[in-house]
Amino acid sequence: MIAAQGVWKFFGDFAALREVSLEIAAGSTLALLGRNGAGKTTLLRMLAALSSPSRGTITADGASLREPAQRRRIGLIGHGISIYDDLTAAENLEFFASLYGITAPGERIDRWLETTDLLRVRNGLARQFSRGMRQRLAIARAFFHDPDILLLDEPFTALDDRAAALLSGLIRQAHDQGRTLIISTHQLREALQLATDVAVLDRGRLAFSGPNTEELKAAPEDFYRKYTETA
Amino acid sequence: MELLRQAWAIARKDLRIERRSKEVVNAAFSFALVVLLLFSFTFDPTGDQVREMSGGLLWLVYSFAGVLVLTRSFAQETQNDCLDALVAAPVPGSAIFLGKALANTVFLLFLELATLPVFTIFYNVRWEAKMAWLLPVLVLGTWGFTVIGTVFSALTVSVRLRELMLPLLVFPITVPALMASVQLTTTLFTGEPIAGDLVWLQFLAGFDLIFTLLGVTLVETILVG
Repeated sequence: MIAAQGVWKFFGDFAALREVSLEIAAGSTLALLGRNGAGKTTLLRMLAALSSPSRGTITADGASLREPAQRRRIGLIGHGISIYDDLTAAENLEFFASLYGITAPGERIDRWLETTDLLRVRNGLARQFSRGMRQRLAIARAFFHDPDILLLDEPFTALDDRAAALLSGLIRQAHDQGRTLIISTHQLREALQLATDVAVLDRGRLAFSGPNTEELKAAPEDFYRKYTETA
Repeated sequence: MELLRQAWAIARKDLRIERRSKEVVNAAFSFALVVLLLFSFTFDPTGDQVREMSGGLLWLVYSFAGVLVLTRSFAQETQNDCLDALVAAPVPGSAIFLGKALANTVFLLFLELATLPVFTIFYNVRWEAKMAWLLPVLVLGTWGFTVIGTVFSALTVSVRLRELMLPLLVFPITVPALMASVQLTTTLFTGEPIAGDLVWLQFLAGFDLIFTLLGVTLVETILVG
């Protein structure tokens, strides 16, 4: 279980998150909703241990997320593709494999390059790839170490149709395998079709948190409007 | 051992990228050549005065060229948000720091060894016979400079004016290491016995150790906040 308790995050005087408390059960899929600037990315960055809470704590199964054993469990797709342009597709995955302590990663690299249809450009530099190819390599990088917690920050933004289909399939597969998924998105209907739980952030506060229901799936826009137009 | 393996993976990645792009080394080498050339017009290369200030001159060039290397060190990780994936990976900040510092030291040492022959041509200073002593001075002096520079490179990575901020932060703190390096290098270039200056070498080793430990301790807080 991932637990955020009384989390505040300040950037100078500005409170990006205000006393957010949230529990995410193992194997659940959480749709993290909210308008731009609501604090979704800030919360996801803290869940990925990229940033520390100004107040409060975030733990996974009672342990700090900064512990290497916890970070090994996390896969992240953020706003950037996190791929080195001057490394080949295989070298990019090989580098991250070495950081995640994966020994003899050759077979796994080839498998993921095949999954993302990049095996034919295995030794091509990432800078020479098309945008779609780079996006698929980024997806391979995030899923490569077999994480059981996936943090996806607006993962479909700017993806081409092929990369979107690939990611969609992998997310569904991860969901079916009982992995924990936290997806920040503006695509309400798609997110709610998959989500087991929903959280809505509104100007840094947790406006709603609870299980997904058939009522929510039937009228997601009404629900979203209710919790994001409080002021 | 795990820490060193992770640090080496990060250093090897930086070295591989630089081998392909040659972005940093080309810029720093060109800069060093231009400065050495310009200074050569200022001094009489046959005079004893040049030998007496040769250590200072050389380390001045290395320091300014080094800043170019250090500015790119963490900044290159911001391209495509690679820093996020690096910090999110299960490696301690100290491994990232040591890997980056190692790569920066290799870049700078390469630059230093490449510009030494040029220095000989422009200033008529012979160093070949002293190489056994010069090499440890270069290694220790460069490591001291780069460990401090790597910490500040991480600290200024998201600062818009980092090219300006980095030298302002790095130079004041590296002064003791640079003083020791200048003293030792000048002694070697003037042909004086090194025995009397061994205390500077010990000082340099101590400085490196202290600031390496400080960097290892601080970098996690700098990267994660």
